[in-house]
Order: sequence, then structure tokens, then C-alpha cells
Amino acid sequence: MGKKVKPPLHPLTPAQTWWLLATGIAAYVPLAPQMPPWLATVAAGAFLWRAALACWRKPLPPRWLLILVTLACTAGVHFQFRTLFGQQAGVALLLVFMALKQLESRSPRDGLAVVLLAYFLTLAQFFEDQSIPVAATMLATVLMATAALANLTDAHGSPAKLFRLAGTMLLQAVPFMLILFVLFPRVQGPLWGLPRDAYSGLTGLSDTMSPGAINNLAQSDAIAFRVQFEGTTPPKKEMYWRGPVLSLLDGRTWRQGLAAPARELPYSAVAGSPAYAYTVTLEPHNKPWLFALELPETLPPESFRTSDYLLHARKPVRERQRYAMVSRPQVEHNEASDFTLAAAQRLPAGLNPRTREIGAGWTADGSSATDRVQRAIDFLRQQQLVYTLRPPLTGQHVADEFLFDHKRGFCEHFAASFVILMRAAGVPARVVTGYQGGERNPVDDTWVIRQSDAHAWAEVWLDGRGWVRIDPTATSAPARIEENLAAAVPAGDPLPFLARKGFDWLRDARFRWWAINNAWNQWVLGFNPERQLELLAQLGMDAPDWRKMAAWLTGLTGFVLLVLAAALLWRRPRLDPAQRQWQRAAQRLEKHGLPRQAWEGPQDYATRVAAELPAVADDIHAIAALYAGLRYGTSPDSTLTLLRQRVATFKP
Amino acid sequence: MLQALRRSLHERFAAWALRVRPPEPVPVLLTQRRVYVLPTRGGLLYAISLLVLLIGAINYNLSLGYGLVFLLGGLGIVAILHTFRNLAGTSITVGTPAPVFGGDTARFPLLLHNADARERRLLRLFLPGETVVIVDVPPQGSARALLPMPTTRRGWLTLPRVTIETVWPLGLVRTWSYAAPALACLVYPRPADAVPPAPTFAGMQGGQLPSDSGDEDFAGLRRHHPSDPPHHVAWKTAARLGPDAALQTKQFSGTAAQALWFDWAMLPATLDVETRLSILTRWVLDAEDAGLSWGLRLPGGEIPQAHGPTHTHACLKTLALHGQES
Repeated sequence: MGKKVKPPLHPLTPAQTWWLLATGIAAYVPLAPQMPPWLATVAAGAFLWRAALACWRKPLPPRWLLILVTLACTAGVHFQFRTLFGQQAGVALLLVFMALKQLESRSPRDGLAVVLLAYFLTLAQFFEDQSIPVAATMLATVLMATAALANLTDAHGSPAKLFRLAGTMLLQAVPFMLILFVLFPRVQGPLWGLPRDAYSGLTGLSDTMSPGAINNLAQSDAIAFRVQFEGTTPPKKEMYWRGPVLSLLDGRTWRQGLAAPARELPYSAVAGSPAYAYTVTLEPHNKPWLFALELPETLPPESFRTSDYLLHARKPVRERQRYAMVSRPQVEHNEASDFTLAAAQRLPAGLNPRTREIGAGWTADGSSATDRVQRAIDFLRQQQLVYTLRPPLTGQHVADEFLFDHKRGFCEHFAASFVILMRAAGVPARVVTGYQGGERNPVDDTWVIRQSDAHAWAEVWLDGRGWVRIDPTATSAPARIEENLAAAVPAGDPLPFLARKGFDWLRDARFRWWAINNAWNQWVLGFNPERQLELLAQLGMDAPDWRKMAAWLTGLTGFVLLVLAAALLWRRPRLDPAQRQWQRAAQRLEKHGLPRQAWEGPQDYATRVAAELPAVADDIHAIAALYAGLRYGTSPDSTLTLLRQRVATFKP
Repeated sequence: MLQALRRSLHERFAAWALRVRPPEPVPVLLTQRRVYVLPTRGGLLYAISLLVLLIGAINYNLSLGYGLVFLLGGLGIVAILHTFRNLAGTSITVGTPAPVFGGDTARFPLLLHNADARERRLLRLFLPGETVVIVDVPPQGSARALLPMPTTRRGWLTLPRVTIETVWPLGLVRTWSYAAPALACLVYPRPADAVPPAPTFAGMQGGQLPSDSGDEDFAGLRRHHPSDPPHHVAWKTAARLGPDAALQTKQFSGTAAQALWFDWAMLPATLDVETRLSILTRWVLDAEDAGLSWGLRLPGGEIPQAHGPTHTHACLKTLALHGQES
């Protein structure tokens, strides 16, 4: 482009330095807790160092020193994360660059790098959390960074001015964001293989159960999934959300047995029994299970059903997923394979002798399987077991110690001991894990199922009836099933905060907050390709495909652009203050059928109005005189106040 | 080679983009049609960053990541509008550039007018290859930019094409426009450094002749002409007579001993034209400094003897335009 007129590379002003420092810190603070402590400290040190240099107007450190520190930090990150390319390592490196770039920023071009790094670090926050508070933090950081960007161009702008400018521009950007958010064709990621640590933060039910596994989970308030019923809602004590079925006992640990994908529904509904239709919004838990009310009749997309009645997604659930389901609690099972039944009777040798002895004792008199189940239930009840979140540590014979020694346990102890009893008594039995109950949010009528609702129960095989659910916990702590965890555990046990009683007002506020969160999750975070198509179909776009979306996207963006351009570029004729007052007075008279004509001067108009409306004659003459004096005469500016007062009280 | 190609392409674009054949009549209104928009280098970097962020958001299914990218994308679009609005609608008029001597820097005064109710920030004006002048134009006000341009030749220096650009507010987008208002700066010949002494007695008969336009001794009053120097107005008389009376000019009689003629023909014909003009310029300046009266004779005509700033300017202008069509 001819002779290039480069902007002269002028150094950053002190004010610009402070702006960039503030931007760096704004991006650093939300991420600092996730960083290894040494890295957070180094970054904070760099910020402090820069601030000190700016305070005392000292020169920046030599470049070789910064290169050394950068290399050292990179090595540290590699040592910490064993890679430089993973998600966490990447974020850590970006933070190192942000901190050290502060000590190397000399020109506005370096300043731009700091601002762009701040935008990148803002995105990095979302790896851990995408809740509403994080979104608010994002807006604050973006506002800060954008004001700093404006400051790079306008070095002498006052902070208030720059923040107002950045805020205005961001507000004007919001319509574009909304249109793009809704209409930008969504692609389900990942685009390529993700680093191994991508889903390190997800929690949920595991595929094994050993003592303490579930009660650790039960201390967590994290949401497992949300459910919205259409039509009738089953009673809470019937809400068993089925998860992994554990039929192999390996020492103290229960594991999933072999379960083949089932082509057809392995059970049939009891005629005339109730069916429940509902939609599940499942939080990512990095395992392939899809939770559903027992027992599901339909199949969510991209999933299959296994022979132990578990819904299985084709891939681990790594983003929030939404599926519609129909379930029927009352079903008849056809048959189970011999292999399955044999596996459901196997017990590891040498463990839990006392429990096995009791079970084996019930086989002697040739009673039916149903009787033996009843005996086991009665036996558990007689033992006066205590349901607690803090069961004592146990040794090898978990069931023995629970049933005969300390008699204190969590649902997994109840379920496991019951299944061992049944197997010893020759009845095929297995442990089912999942969630029980949930909490209804009255604000938006959604059921919230948390990790603290994790539960374990048992299933026994009865000839002619198939697998029958028995919940041994219910025999000891029925409140756990009918109310919730808080009611069931003895006072003094630590409970997850949200499960505690009392604080009704807090509870109400919490419900509202959950409802907002649910909407946020459904419509903002859970806005995936399916949800997008669903919404567009609801908005009346039939058969939306990417071509239509692109056409709409272009059209709507263009429209908003036009409107905004018209609003920004339209030049409003600026009225002089006296003229504005005069127009205001004339507007009030318009209602009385006395609009001012374009050719009418103030005195003419006042005379005409006075003739028509004698009541306001004095007022209008006074106003006209004041106006004429200000506009055409030599009245001092102070009479403008008089005119203002006159017009303000002018009520024709 | 590549440089030359780029330069010629840019020249063609600018000529097309100006949309009128220069010089154009003032006021020049920078309408939306002649304001151009392109991202700056920083803007390109910003766009690339957004692309990387978008890929990240897709790959990790970060819904808020999409939100962030789209918000920043919208910010980019809004920045285009703001930067465009900062320039479009400005109108330009010109002032009178003060004449300069050859080799000095001419300063072209441009007046930027803002009819809008909002300030126009950080408008950058420059002539091709010259220093940038940065001005803010207040709401419904004007601001003056003095565009510097070095001079080499005497005569009229016409204002070349002016580029007006701005990257305010975010520096991501550059809008610019060209203007070529009719404006010329008079460049006097460069005064020679080493000169032969002024020909004090040349062209004179000798003796002292009375002159009617000296300023040594007060010689009476006459009716005021607008061209009379202000310090010769009889202010005291005017004050005494009141506002209705006509102004009077004080007349002085000077001695004509220093009444000079600077004649082109007096200079050796061996000197080239520019050197002769330089020397004449130096004489004119020295004579004015010394408070003398002088006349100027050039092959094309002569300027009668006089003195004072108006006379000096007239002489210097004649010298500047010597041999050029006026």
C-alpha cells in the first residue's frame, strides 16, 4: 500500500501499563485456584514485580532473564502434567505467558497480545465450570480486557470513559451473540482426540462397589441428573433410577457381570399398569450409563439396552445429555439365561462364614424362594441395623461384621449383605446401584437427583416373576426411601449441606436458584445440535438444515447490523435547549387541537392559543416571550431556567 | 519491483477512491460512500484468535465458549460501525496557509467540522509519506490540523491528496478516506545566504529626494485606505471624533536616501535564474528589516518603491512566481 504509514512504535504509557496489569490479574484470579500452587505463586510474583516496576518507574527486566524464567516454567509445567499439550497444561502455559508478558510489554502491540491472552484465559475457565457465576466472571473479565484494548488506542481516556465505551460496545454486540448462539450450526465435538485429562473433573457412580464407595458419593451435593415428568409423577418411594448392575462379588468388591446387548425388550409390562413419561437431563459423568426409572420401555438415541436392563450409551457421557423416556414400574420378566442365574449365585469362598451359615440354614426345610426372601427381610429387621453415613471400617468379612458386630452401615452394606444372604440361601440375587428418590423443585416442577441420592438395592430371581426388586435399606431405614437422606441418618452425622433440614426461607431461595440453573443448563449449556434443531423446529423452521440456518443467520445478522448502523450513524439534529422547551410546550397544546404551524412564530402562536384557550393565555404569553428572548433576543442564559420552570408547570 | 507495483496499485486505488478529480471544491464532506474500512493488523490477529477460540469451544463442547466467541465476534462488528462512524460525516474546509521560504516546511491548515453531537476521537491526517497529525473534533465543533509538508521549489505548492484515517475505538479496524481540497501554499524563493551587498545607490540620481511615503517625520493626516498599515491609523483622532467619523491615516515624510531599486538586470547574467531570485529575495528581506523602501524590477515588470509587510509580500510573491504562470 504505497509508502506505509506505520503507527510510530511509541512505548506504553504508565496508565496503559496499569490497564494491562489489571487485565492480566482479572484473567488470573478465577484460574489461580485450579493451578498448581507453585505456578500460581510464580504468576502472582510476576504481577507484583510488574506493579513494583511501574510504581518506581524502573526499567523492565532484561529479555534473557525472562526467557530463562519462561523456559523454567515450561519445564515445570511439563514435569507437573507430563505433557505440554493437554488441556490443563495448556491453560497453565497460557497463564505463564500472560504473567511474563506483563514484564515484557513495551509497545501497544505487546498490549494487544495481553488482551488476546486474557480472552483465551477466559475461555479456559469453562473447562472446569460453566455455571452462571462463571459466566458473570467471564463478562467482567471481557469488559476489563476490552476497556484495556480501547485504552491501547486512546491512551488518555479516563477509566470511566473507557469502561462506558467498552460496556456500550459489548451491549451492542449482544444481539449478534444471541443470533449466532442460536443459529450458528452446532457441531458435536470433539473434532479430534482429546487429551486424556479432559474429563478428570466428572463424578458419578462407578462400575464397582466396595465399602465406602457410595457413601463417599453421598456426601456430594453435585447434581447427577434432572427429570421432568409429563403427566403423572410416580410416588417418591417408587423412584428407583437404575444404574450399573453388580453381580460379581470379588472379595469385598462388587463388579458388573457380563451383560450382552439385548435386541428386544427383555420384559413386558403388566397390562394396565401405569406408565410414566419424562425427560432426563443427565450431567456428564464420563461413564456410558444412562439413568432411567425402573424399568425403561423406550431407548434414547445412540444407545442400547443390556441383558441386565441397563441403558448404555455408545460413548461415555461427556456432555450434558437430554433424552425422553417412558418407564413402567410393573413388569413381567420372561427368562434369564442359566449363565446369568449361575453367576447370581456365586460367592467367594471363605468370606462371610456367619452370613452364609444363616442363609444356608433356610434351604434345609425346602421352603420356596419367596419364603426365603421374606425370611431374609425379617432377619435384617430383627438385627436392628442402623443406617449411617459413617459406617465403621470393616475388614475382610464385610457382611458378617455389619450384620453381627457393629450393625451400622450404609445402603451398600444393606444391599450387599442381603444379596450374600440370598445367594447362600440358593436364591439368585444381585446388587443394583443407581439413585433413589430426588427432590422436587416446586418453582419449575423439576426433579433434581443429586449424587447424595446414590443408592444400592438388590434384585432376586423368583421363578415365574423374574427379577424382583428388594430394597433392604427400606427394612431398616424406611425414612431413607420415603423422605430422604436427612431424615434417615441419625443426628450428628455429617450431611451434605443442601440435604440439611431447617432454613425454609433458604430452601425456597435455593429452589428458585436451582430453577434458574436448570433453565441455564437446558438452554445455554445443553444447547447441542439436537437441542438446536428442536428449538428451530419449535420456532417454525421446518426441516432445519445447515443451509437454512446459514441463510437465516446471514439474514438476521444483516438485519441487526442495519438497525444498529442506522441507530449509530443517524444524525439527530440537536436542538438548542430553549427550542426544546418551546417544542415541549407546543406538544402539550397539540392535545388540545392547537398544533403549532411550521410558519408560526412564537408571538403569533401564543396569540392564537390565548384566543382559543383563555385559561392559559398568561402562561403561553410568558413562555413565548421567554423563548423569543432567548432565541432571537439578548436575554441572558439565566432566563433559560425561568423558561424551564415555566414549561414544567405548564399544564394546559 | 514489488514495492513499485504496490505503490502504483495504491495510487490507482486512491485516485479511484477519491471519486472526484482533484482538486475538489470545499467543503469536502466525507460521505459514507467515500469512507473505506479494513481490519488493521491487530484486527486480523483478533480474528485469528477468535477462530482458534471457536475451534476450542467446538472441540470441548463448551457452550459458554461459543457464547464468548460470539460476543467477541459481535464486538468486532460493532467496532467496525464505531470506527466508521468516527470518520464518516466529517466535513473539511481549508484555511490559508502562511507562505514559506523554499526549503522550509509548509503547513496546510485543514479545518475539520463535526456536525454530530458526539466527539470524533483521534482522527489521523497525513500527506503521502509525511508526519501524521492527530486531532479530536469536539461535538458540533471544529478542530484545526496543520499538515506539514517540506518544500523544495518556489511557486505555488498545491496540497496533495490528504489521507484521513482513524482506528478509534479499539484499534481493530481502520477506516480511512481521501480528500484533495483546492489549497495551495505560496513558496517564496529561498533567500540566498551569501549575497553581494544591496545596491544602495543603484538606479539613483544621487542627493536626497523627498518621498511621500517615508515614516520618519509626521507630515499630516489623510483619509484612511483599507490598505494602510494599522499602526499608521490615527487612533487618538478617531477616539476624539467618535465612531461616526471616518478614520484618518497619519502621513510621514521619510528621507529617500535609502530608496532603492532591486533590479534583475543588475545581477550578473552568469548566475542562473534561481540564484538571482534568491539574491533578490535576500535583498528584499534585508531592506524590509532595515526599514528601507525599495522597488523591484524584473524582466516582466516592476513594483514601485514602497515598504511594509504588504509590499514585502507582493515582491516575494512576484519573485516566487517569476517565470511561472500565475
